Amino acid sequence: MIVRSLFFAQYRDYAGADEIAVELPEQASVADLVDRLRTRAAGLAKLPARPVVAVNMDFAPLATALRDGDEVAFIPPVAGG
Amino acid sequence: MAAAHAAVTAQPIDAARLLGSVVSDDDGAALLFWGVVRNHNEGRPVSHLEYHAYAEMAERMMRRIGDEAIARHGVGDVGIVHRVGRLAIGEASVAIAVAAPHRGEAYEASRYVIEELKKRVPVWKREGYVDGESEWVPGFSPDGETGGGPP
Repeated sequence: MIVRSLFFAQYRDYAGADEIAVELPEQASVADLVDRLRTRAAGLAKLPARPVVAVNMDFAPLATALRDGDEVAFIPPVAGG
Repeated sequence: MAAAHAAVTAQPIDAARLLGSVVSDDDGAALLFWGVVRNHNEGRPVSHLEYHAYAEMAERMMRRIGDEAIARHGVGDVGIVHRVGRLAIGEASVAIAVAAPHRGEAYEASRYVIEELKKRVPVWKREGYVDGESEWVPGFSPDGETGGGPP
């Protein structure tokens, strides 16, 4: 399956891109995606040990199982207002 | 039936229009929270702010927070708008309008919306300083493991 990873703010600086498509085995979790990404771009090794993510626009635990076409956003500490 | 609406926009926020959008014949009060860019932060002179958002999720989260405010405080409609892009000192970055039959609930609901917005809506800002440098403003980490919801 293929999932879309989205990066914002300082994480976008780490990734050097807004979006990276990643191919993963069936049954892979968000945690598996994070492990894969750390090896994809040097800057992404700087992601925190347990990054906050949203799957299809809802905050989700790292154990969440992914499905083909999911949108996984990496959410740095928020600073709206 | 009270409802919440929310938007992320690159255009200046129209306060009168936002307030007008929440008031109904049942309401006796409407409040506007107007968050503006100030010229200093932690002792350092600021020249501008640049806001970024995960716009679609931010709109969804703001609408959800507005709905929570309605359910908790029994207010009427809630409207929330967040700016993105480069903002000058004095420009509004966020506006929250709350209408209610009575003022007490409106104040509480307005406070609830801004506090929750700061904790879990995916918006970020880069602060530009008068000396030419710029930095991402340190923020609040939503709890992804619990869905980032209210306590």
